[in-house]
Amino acid sequence: MCPAMIEIEGLSFSYPDGQRALSDISLRVEAGERVALVGPNGAGKSTLLLHLNGILRAADGAIRVAGVALTDRTLGQIRAMVGLVFQNPDDQLFSPRVFEDVAFGPLHMGLPEDEVRARVERALTAVGMSTYADRMSYHLSLGEKKRIALATVLSMNPRVLALDEPSSGLDPRARRSLIRLLQGLDGQTLLIASHDMRLVRELCPRMVILDGGAIVADGPTETLIEDSALLEQHGLERG
Amino acid sequence: MYRSFERYQPGQSPLHRADPRVKVVVTFALIGGIALTPTHAWPAYPALWTLVAGLAALARFSAWRMARLGAVALPFMLAALPLLITVPGPAWTLGGGIAISQAGLARFVAILLKSWLSVQVALLLTMTTSFADLVWALGSLRVPGTLVALIAFMVRYSTTLGEEAERLLRARAARSAHAEGRPAGGTLFWRARVAGGMVGNLFLRSYERSERVYAAMLARGYAGEMRRLTPPPLSWRAALAGAVPLLWLGIVELAAMLWWQ
Amino acid sequence: MFLKPILAMHIPDGFLSAPVAIVGWLVTAVLVGLALREVRDRLGDRQIPLMGVLAAFVFAAQMINFPVAGGTSGHLIGGTLVAVLLGPWAAVLVMTTVVAVQALLFQDGGLLALGFNVFNMGILAVFVGYAVYVWARRALGAQPQAMLIAAALGAWVSVELAAMATALELAISGTSPLDVALPAMAGIHALIGIGEALITVGALAFVRQTRPDLLGAPSAGVARQSALIAAGLVIALAIAFASPLADADPDGLERVAEDKAFIDKAEDPVYEVLPDYTVPGIDDEALTTIIAGVIGVLIVAGIGFAVPRLVRLNAPEKVRQQQ
Repeated sequence: MCPAMIEIEGLSFSYPDGQRALSDISLRVEAGERVALVGPNGAGKSTLLLHLNGILRAADGAIRVAGVALTDRTLGQIRAMVGLVFQNPDDQLFSPRVFEDVAFGPLHMGLPEDEVRARVERALTAVGMSTYADRMSYHLSLGEKKRIALATVLSMNPRVLALDEPSSGLDPRARRSLIRLLQGLDGQTLLIASHDMRLVRELCPRMVILDGGAIVADGPTETLIEDSALLEQHGLERG
Repeated sequence: MYRSFERYQPGQSPLHRADPRVKVVVTFALIGGIALTPTHAWPAYPALWTLVAGLAALARFSAWRMARLGAVALPFMLAALPLLITVPGPAWTLGGGIAISQAGLARFVAILLKSWLSVQVALLLTMTTSFADLVWALGSLRVPGTLVALIAFMVRYSTTLGEEAERLLRARAARSAHAEGRPAGGTLFWRARVAGGMVGNLFLRSYERSERVYAAMLARGYAGEMRRLTPPPLSWRAALAGAVPLLWLGIVELAAMLWWQ
Repeated sequence: MFLKPILAMHIPDGFLSAPVAIVGWLVTAVLVGLALREVRDRLGDRQIPLMGVLAAFVFAAQMINFPVAGGTSGHLIGGTLVAVLLGPWAAVLVMTTVVAVQALLFQDGGLLALGFNVFNMGILAVFVGYAVYVWARRALGAQPQAMLIAAALGAWVSVELAAMATALELAISGTSPLDVALPAMAGIHALIGIGEALITVGALAFVRQTRPDLLGAPSAGVARQSALIAAGLVIALAIAFASPLADADPDGLERVAEDKAFIDKAEDPVYEVLPDYTVPGIDDEALTTIIAGVIGVLIVAGIGFAVPRLVRLNAPEKVRQQQ
């Protein structure tokens, strides 16, 4: 049986102050799947994403990405495979120019200069910002920053793209263009944590509902979204 | 979060409820007294410790717990280590050509004890006094208003900015990957430049945040001066309570200087 | 793990003798008082939210590191960076706040030792770093990267000098022999200073590219002031370094005092307890030297403070927002 792109088994995590954040999470995502992670605030969506590339480490449970188990030694390898885009793009843009930010990932991996340039160009084109290479990230609008932040991750050619609230704070136009962008990423395995049910419906055929640190539902978006009782029980709206 | 700001352990013990001004003054006086203890006045140290343990009991903290927490400055003892061999005078030979100076050892131990005791005293202050009370006490004790305001602002925004810094670090970690068969991490200069960029990013966000804070303050009538409520006069009971540990300290130090050396 | 305290430079309580700690408090109180006056004059009412938030910034920025080698990492203290961004006087207040809060809330550094900790990291580091920055920037003239190079130099020197001052204070207190402490501190911080310089430059480069309006050129008056104050502080340190206090046997002070004390005690025990500056552990001569040193610092600082004011009375300067 070929390994799934993401395999999470029995993941449990508590914060240092004892607060339980994730309880016995098990999840399997196949290559090319697009999965939405939904749930109320505090459900553990962001926490779960932070485990995928080893930023948070759980005491219990196992994580495998493309068959590679997440351990201290494989952190670097896993981070090349899992591209995590954070909610606030300001946290991800720490170089003066857009080019440098998008180039950070490939540079860190030690790729040769011409390869780095090629990747930056491809990534910026993929997000529709190929003319922005010399701009200052700091001065861009939120929508533009979010796309650049996505590019900084795409330049690493990740196997999995994990996005934390990608459409939060965006006006309808920026939102639309972001959805189009994500739709255009053919074959990319996507894991999207979001409140935005309309985005979820458009992008993700599969939905996982997280509440209180546990998975309470996992199935086709179309079906689950019709179950208003279920949605309401877990602080969600149909959207 | 990198560090919790809350050393403060809420409670209703006599020490918790003591006047914060008295607590601050007594804290400084005790640490000063501990520093003044002559090195060789050995009986003074356990005497001082009973004072610390007494205060801990007053705060309803375990004396052993305070003792353990007091060890936090011990790694700095490395700086005093050379005393063991450099101080002239009679020495104990430990075979293998190593000799430990007696005077040096005495000094070393004295510093150790003084540091350990001082940290516990300082901890007793922060563990029994909420930050708001501490700031109020400083203001009442005539610490310049601007400084008090700066301290209050800093603590108010340190959690927020600290979390931003943490997110910056996580975002960097998320993109710090290794490729097969290649050395990862770039050059030292490049890494330093990235770190510098993160600091610059944080600075600009902080600067602009301060502009928003300023605007909010203006909207609430701020005109350059931090107004504060006048502190209530010190009750004689509070002053008396503060005098007790100071008296004990005075007796110990007097004994140390006159008889115990 | 053991390296951490040496890297941190915050002296805990117990390591400085009482007279040394008190001198530290006196000097710091005077200089911080000066800074409060200066800042009020220059920055206006924008000062408090700006400096307060930036103190939080320094605290947060100290978390940002970069791997150097084998598990160690470089990171920032921040005195020179803030001085370049805000001017030296505001930087003094910002760094004072940072060091004070670190001591008060985290026991990073002692409370009695706070005087000299603020002095080392918040006053000495700031003025020396800034003075070197100003001088180097002028010396480099029209070079394209003059500002960055000057800042790097200032940052490195500020860390070095703060470390040396720390070693000196420990030596005079009899905690650490000077011939061990000074090379150790100066040596280790020569490396740490490089990290400081690099991050300072990276941050300034970022700010320069994104918001160059926030970086002003140093005003001549402040530059002169800083040079004088920095010179005065360094001279005072040099005097303390060369004086018998630091030279003597690490135990020399106490031993001599104790020998003397035994002699004196036989004659007049009450002598030890009189509040006239005769404190157990330090003899008269040493204390006089300390007091002389402090007075010297204050005189120079006073000159540094008064001269530009007199000059300014004749030629009013445009007050820039950050200086």
